[in-house]
Amino acid sequence: MKLTREWLKDHLKTNKTELQIIEKLNNIGLEVEKVEPVKNELSDFLIAKIIKADKHPNADRLKLCHVDIGQNDLVKVVCGGPNAKDNLLTIYAPPGSVIPKNNMKLEISKIRGETSYGMLCSESELNISDESDGIIELNKKYKSQIGKSYFNESQDNVIELSITPNRPDCLGIRGIARDLSSAGFGKLIDNKIKKIKRSGKQNLKVKIQKSKNQACSIFGSCLIKNIKNQESPDWLKKRLLSLGLRPISAVVDITNYVMFDLNRPLHAYDADKINKEIIVRNSKKNEKFKALDNKDYNLDDGMCVISDHQGVLGLGGIIGGIRSGTELNTKNILLESAFFDPEITRKTAKKLDLNSDAKFRFERGIDPNSILIGLEKASAMIVEICGGQASNIDIQSTQQFKLKKINFDPKIVEKIVGLKTKLQDITKILGDLGFKVKKKGKILTIEVPSWRPDINGDVDLVEEIIRIKGFNNIQSIEPEKKRIKPTLNFFQRNFHLAQRSVASKGYLESITWSFTDEKLNNIFKEKYQEAKIVNPISSDLNVLRSSLYPNLIHVLNKNIDRGFDDQSLFEIGPLFIGNKPGQQITVVCGIRKENLFDVYGIKKDLVQTLLELGINKKDTTIDTNTPSYYHPGRSGSIITKKDNILLAYFGEIHPKVVDKVYGFEIFLENLVKFKSYNKKTKPTVTFSDYQKSERDFAFVVQKDLKAQELVEIIWNVDNSLIKNVKIFDVYQGDNIPSDKKSIALKVTIQSDFKTLNEKDLNDISQKIISNVEEKVEAKLRS
Amino acid sequence: MSDFEKLKNQLINKLTEAKNSKEVDLIRTEIFGKNGLINSEFKKLGSLSPDEKKNVASKINNAKQELTKLFNKKLSSLENFEIDERVKNEKDDVTLPEKDFRIGKIHPVSQVIDEISSIFSEIGFNVEEGPDVETEYYNFTALNTPENHPAKDMHDTFYLEENMKTLLRTHTSPVQVRTMLNGKPPFKIIAPGRTYRSDSDQTHTPMFHQLEGLHIDKNITMGHLKGCLNYFIKEFFELEKIKMRFRPSHFPFTEPSAEVDIGYRIENNKIIIGEGDKWLEILGCGMVHPNVLKNSKVDPNKFQGFAFGIGIDRLAMLKYGINDLRSFFESDYRWLNYYGFDPLDVPTNYRGLSK
Repeated sequence: MKLTREWLKDHLKTNKTELQIIEKLNNIGLEVEKVEPVKNELSDFLIAKIIKADKHPNADRLKLCHVDIGQNDLVKVVCGGPNAKDNLLTIYAPPGSVIPKNNMKLEISKIRGETSYGMLCSESELNISDESDGIIELNKKYKSQIGKSYFNESQDNVIELSITPNRPDCLGIRGIARDLSSAGFGKLIDNKIKKIKRSGKQNLKVKIQKSKNQACSIFGSCLIKNIKNQESPDWLKKRLLSLGLRPISAVVDITNYVMFDLNRPLHAYDADKINKEIIVRNSKKNEKFKALDNKDYNLDDGMCVISDHQGVLGLGGIIGGIRSGTELNTKNILLESAFFDPEITRKTAKKLDLNSDAKFRFERGIDPNSILIGLEKASAMIVEICGGQASNIDIQSTQQFKLKKINFDPKIVEKIVGLKTKLQDITKILGDLGFKVKKKGKILTIEVPSWRPDINGDVDLVEEIIRIKGFNNIQSIEPEKKRIKPTLNFFQRNFHLAQRSVASKGYLESITWSFTDEKLNNIFKEKYQEAKIVNPISSDLNVLRSSLYPNLIHVLNKNIDRGFDDQSLFEIGPLFIGNKPGQQITVVCGIRKENLFDVYGIKKDLVQTLLELGINKKDTTIDTNTPSYYHPGRSGSIITKKDNILLAYFGEIHPKVVDKVYGFEIFLENLVKFKSYNKKTKPTVTFSDYQKSERDFAFVVQKDLKAQELVEIIWNVDNSLIKNVKIFDVYQGDNIPSDKKSIALKVTIQSDFKTLNEKDLNDISQKIISNVEEKVEAKLRS
Repeated sequence: MSDFEKLKNQLINKLTEAKNSKEVDLIRTEIFGKNGLINSEFKKLGSLSPDEKKNVASKINNAKQELTKLFNKKLSSLENFEIDERVKNEKDDVTLPEKDFRIGKIHPVSQVIDEISSIFSEIGFNVEEGPDVETEYYNFTALNTPENHPAKDMHDTFYLEENMKTLLRTHTSPVQVRTMLNGKPPFKIIAPGRTYRSDSDQTHTPMFHQLEGLHIDKNITMGHLKGCLNYFIKEFFELEKIKMRFRPSHFPFTEPSAEVDIGYRIENNKIIIGEGDKWLEILGCGMVHPNVLKNSKVDPNKFQGFAFGIGIDRLAMLKYGINDLRSFFESDYRWLNYYGFDPLDVPTNYRGLSK
């Protein structure tokens, strides 16, 4: 919504400056988005007078004008307008100015051998009207203003407001004036409407058809006969232009004017084009309609249409039709002022993807009691400007509109806002805003004005009172520093730790979209159900991600293009296993690309992270089953021994997906679940000070034996004596059969109770050898 | 002079003249070895009378002590000399680069979430979360935003079903409802998370981060709301004073509603937060609408309170001077390195928010 101070003063008697008004508007909830000089781009255009219009020496149709632009010297302008003549007052565009119609920047140029310094303008060139036949002819009153800017007479700014959807009443200048007035910014001026003589009944029959979901409940109309539609007078054109609207013709301009002035949308029909009568009804499926935006619409059933015997004339509250549109030669018009249901209007417009100033207002809720005043004001203006006779006003309605009443306990203001507010303040503010307040004991009965559909309960009234009183009057209360619950829960603490743990291993944290490219996602989707976005922002972001890899690999590749060959990236966030709330899991996903990196490198990053997260390595086991996007021979999963809970995957990403990239995924919910039921306080520990011995073993085993099994067997030989088992070499090659490999381990042996002697050590070594040889077809390498 | 004395003096001379630790080591055997001077002299004791024995033994012991002292002195001086010699030749160019190391980084959004959590932790809020995929009901209806309401126009929603019943949450406000349904008042929570709107241009990304705040108790007023946000903004920007204004606004789920602006000015192309004559909108807030409380099974006659929603990315941009919102989600390696935070730099109440 836009306004100018000049227009505002039609409704508000105020001596406040524009700056004060802007500040106040912000403080009462009418947010000022922008303040701009009215039509700034036109301020270059000056009122000028042609002193002499000579014939162009080299062209029959051109004239060489000597123009007074309020400076010492006249300027020479070549002009093609046939009406250019001596003493004509017109508008001059200097070199450097931009012509609004085609956005061309004027330059000093030679036209048929004569230099032209600027241009004399037609209305169409300045977007004032479509008139392009000659240059503008200004009337005599501009004589004293030669050299002044034509458009910037008032020095006014246009103030653009962002009106919240609950305030349809402020989509008209009058509503804004009312708000400012209640905030102490002047007196609201009574609506003065010129009384005109009305003769005769409105004899075009209007019928509102009763049906389910009929959006129209009131239809007011006025017939105006024998008008002479024409261009609007300058003052009206300027008003519309100041809000950025294009003047069209007096009838159309007046309906627009009343809409912005009173927030009362109107529509004017060419009455001669209405076939017999007006029927407001619901549309039938596939009914066709050509709207004023020159587009054809194919209607659904149940849309509110204004029709006659021939068909649809307009979409109620949204847009009129071409067939009954008014033109300059229109003689008789029917003016409509109606009420359309917000919800139904919005639904229809949404289905047809149609937007208009009227629809914007009706879907927010138009004052049902403004039907009459809208018709009165508009018809009076039309008669004044275009002549003609206006009929009496006809109002058809199917529903009585009742004013809402709210019982209001004034104490609630302090209870909610925390600010003591006097009863007389409450009464005054509400009264100024148009509410009728009656005292009934300790309770107020408050009648809500018809233009405030947003006020439904006592908290709405509290808001009215406090926004006018000013939020700055509320005393702020220091927060209490008391904690009832821990800030983070167990899961969140682990999330936080995991994030920083991975980062501390040299990984940069990324945040990528939760959605991704379906094609890429398919590689990683596995068993999960795909969650498609119905209206994606682009076709390559059309599904929710089933894995964090697709986007991470995408950004990795982009960084490779930027010249970063070595990268470690990670993300912690959701992946989606369906399209219902809660069908998501939290994953920490890291990827690493580096020269000479291998699966043991990525495994180190992962295992160290798990360790830091409190997972005891002894509680887990490695499985080689991994999803298909991993290299089948170079990947693994980490699973808890108890209950087989999947904690993580790691490995080389399948070379078909991306070349030489390693990654891991930690499943945080699983990890936290395992941690919380496996939670135990650390047992007290004593550290043995007795002699520690180390023994090395090398076993020749089957080539496909997993080292993990071997280590496990040795551990289990004697849990109390074996303190560590560490593999230090794996060998295949000379001296070893081709289907075998040799694994060399260092075993640390220590007793908690005594120093072990040679015999003890030999015994345990023997036990290790025999256990291994027995259980996994191994031979001690000699 | 006895033979013992003679031998002893010989060895002392030898020791004095020894030139390196190897020679000293050989002398060690001659003196203290199994058949060295001291041991052979002790062996002779057996043939002596008890009186003599005592005498000679003490003599040998004295000699042993003397020799040990001398020996250790010589050894350590030689060792020192040798280390000095070695060190003379060990000269590395320490201006050569250190070995490679890699420092990981925490994304500014994560860091700011931790900062915010730390601030609100101090005043008793706990962190709650909700799903990214929401139903129409939790995202709109329960929040007092009826179907076909123009307020929805401000939320360009991503839908996951043709019937528009499931969607990607457009704000973190559904967490309010979910939290209240899951517990009993009082509630004092914040809820950070990913939010989505199908909007993409210079200043909008289809995914962004919001922080929801909710405080419901028996008599929480707008005064508490003001105090809470004032505290938060001051702590977050680490400023003693900050210019702030509450502007009436409209959100279907709060009544009264307000938007909060903070003062700023531009100096040398840099934004200075907290003072100046320009205003910057940073959050929306208000008193929770009774309908939302009802939908959340909280009795609006007994409980009331405030809620607020803040754009986390925007806060990060303001605090850390990041200009382009879109860059947050592009994962440019240079950007992550430059704007990211050291993982050890954990914002805490006792250490402070930022390094």
